[in-house]
Amino acid sequence: MIPSRRNFIFVGVAGAAALATVRLWPREAPRPGALGADGVAVMSAIAPVMLAGALPGGGARETALNETLVAIESAVAGLAPRAQAELGDLFALLALAPARWSLAGMTASWQSATPADVARFLDRLRESRIELLRAAYDALHQLVMAAWYGNPRAWPAIGYGGPPVLG
Amino acid sequence: MAATIADPVREGIASGWRVIDASTLDEDRTLDADVVIVGTGAGGGTAAEILADAGLGVVLVEEGPLKSSTDFRMLESDAYPELYQESAARRTRDKAIGILQGRCVGGGTTVNWTSSFRTPDATLDYWQRAFGLAGFGAADLAPWFARMEARLAIAPWDVAPNANNAALARGATKLGIASGTIRRNVKGCWNIGYCGMGCPTNAKQSMLVTTIPRALERGATLFTRTRALRFVWHGERVEALECAAMDARGTRPTARRIVIRARAYVAAAGAIGTPALLLRSHVPDPYGVVGRRTFVHPTLVSAAIMPERIDGFAGAPQTVFSDHFLDTLPLDGPIGFKLEAPPIHPLLTAITLPNHGATHAGRMRELPHLQVVLALLRDGFHADSPGGTVGLASDGTPVLDYPLTPYLWDGARRAFATMAEIQFAAGATAVIPAHGEGAQFASSAAARAAIAQFDLRPLATSIVSAHVMGGCALGPDPRRAACDPAGRFHHLANLHVMDGSLFPTSIGANPQLSIYGIVAKLASGLAAALKA
Repeated sequence: MIPSRRNFIFVGVAGAAALATVRLWPREAPRPGALGADGVAVMSAIAPVMLAGALPGGGARETALNETLVAIESAVAGLAPRAQAELGDLFALLALAPARWSLAGMTASWQSATPADVARFLDRLRESRIELLRAAYDALHQLVMAAWYGNPRAWPAIGYGGPPVLG
Repeated sequence: MAATIADPVREGIASGWRVIDASTLDEDRTLDADVVIVGTGAGGGTAAEILADAGLGVVLVEEGPLKSSTDFRMLESDAYPELYQESAARRTRDKAIGILQGRCVGGGTTVNWTSSFRTPDATLDYWQRAFGLAGFGAADLAPWFARMEARLAIAPWDVAPNANNAALARGATKLGIASGTIRRNVKGCWNIGYCGMGCPTNAKQSMLVTTIPRALERGATLFTRTRALRFVWHGERVEALECAAMDARGTRPTARRIVIRARAYVAAAGAIGTPALLLRSHVPDPYGVVGRRTFVHPTLVSAAIMPERIDGFAGAPQTVFSDHFLDTLPLDGPIGFKLEAPPIHPLLTAITLPNHGATHAGRMRELPHLQVVLALLRDGFHADSPGGTVGLASDGTPVLDYPLTPYLWDGARRAFATMAEIQFAAGATAVIPAHGEGAQFASSAAARAAIAQFDLRPLATSIVSAHVMGGCALGPDPRRAACDPAGRFHHLANLHVMDGSLFPTSIGANPQLSIYGIVAKLASGLAAALKA
């Protein structure tokens, strides 16, 4: 595929190796209204680490994470096409091992990364000197936090009783 | 129960208002009108009522959906995707500033927090002095503000502030900083605190329940889910407005087109949407002023933990302000800021608090004890605060490029220090400026020392805006302003701008009443001209 200009900007900071990989990497265009396989892999790994300490325990944890992913997907589907395309580029980039390594020192795949790997990755993005990586952190942070704290299941732990009943 | 609250919009539709949801159109439409208005917010709504009352045939074009009290369920997860631009995730080009703008019938007025200020005298004086703008002094505008205050029930709010706002007042008072209470556009407000998700009781006197129903009763036509693509113009006149129907979700245009021909065209799509519409139309712009000098009141956020419950999600969200750091600083000196408080709902709080994992989760568990202060920087009054520029992405959608200059960061640093000091004076046990990894400080001295060393920069410091202004400024000089003092675009005889994009600088206060008053004056002038 030919990298879009957005890819090029992200990759420009990552170096030539990552650029070559992006060029060669076959990827499905993100389906409209969907995270795409890359997005699901990235967000499935990131959400539990972003929300460490916030999720309920036991079986409720799995439900909470599943609902968070569904809410993220729905939020992405509601974004303007340009924002969806930018996120698609970000997910595609983060799906590439050389890019993950050169941008944030992460060697593991999303499927095999430990929570500590992901936490380190997120800290590196947040503290990066590169604005685009901090923007990527912000985007991931907003997607996850909005998805979970918009969910009434999140509210008992934070002392919020939900909206009042009118009448 | 909720069902007992009358929904004037649904009743109006049932009574035969002409409202067309363009996402349901199965054929193209062409129609004629006296005036077509793009946008239904503070500007478009005010203009619609005045023009319809004058007996003119009005067509309103709104990109967002028509939602009303029955739909407003006080859920952030509904409200942000349905009622806000880009699901409330709109950002500046470099992503450093998050922008909250309405996108629904009523625009920002459907989702704002009801704060109502007349344009400060200092701002109006500056417009006259720096831009030669005559006819917009405090005395000139007073009758227009009075008219709109009466129309929208803008009055002092006599109910005690919620604990979040009370803490701002208490801390300021302890430090000898003057504060005041904010006038609100409400009638029979239930004081529940969900203004930002659409008023479920119709107490807020937004455009949705006031001017737009009036215009529709007078025979106006409202197209929703309709994106204004471009003005078609020839010589000195606009000949048509071309629109695209949006899909039901509001994200993509469908193949359906709507063409509206009118005697006069009013752009009221807000200070990002209006310049973008003019740019897409390739209107004559010999001095390149369209979309320039766009201001946002860059806003800093400081959270605190109070020993007592604050429950900042409950009660009228924004009722106390301080202009001390506007009034005591020269307008064209170091940047001043207005202090206010926001509502503290889970989703908005979670995306604003820095960091993640245990740190973030711990702060969220303190939600009932969180107290939050905002500092809105007054941009646009200094050579080092030229504002931003609205441009177009390759798909024709707008992008605001807003560089954050050292002048602004200086204000951000002072604002963080001031907010922390006020919060400690109000009794905070800890203060968390929304910056970096979200460090927490236990004393005013510790906060002050750390803030002095903060590495303030884009995307490390949280900056938000709910007030986009400028980009099609009023002024007699076409080299510096897009519109003449009547609100008419300098280079096309029948194109008018009537929204916050008219402001030559930021306002230095929440802008809704500035828009109402100034547009009431301009729309009355247009109505008289069209009836002549």
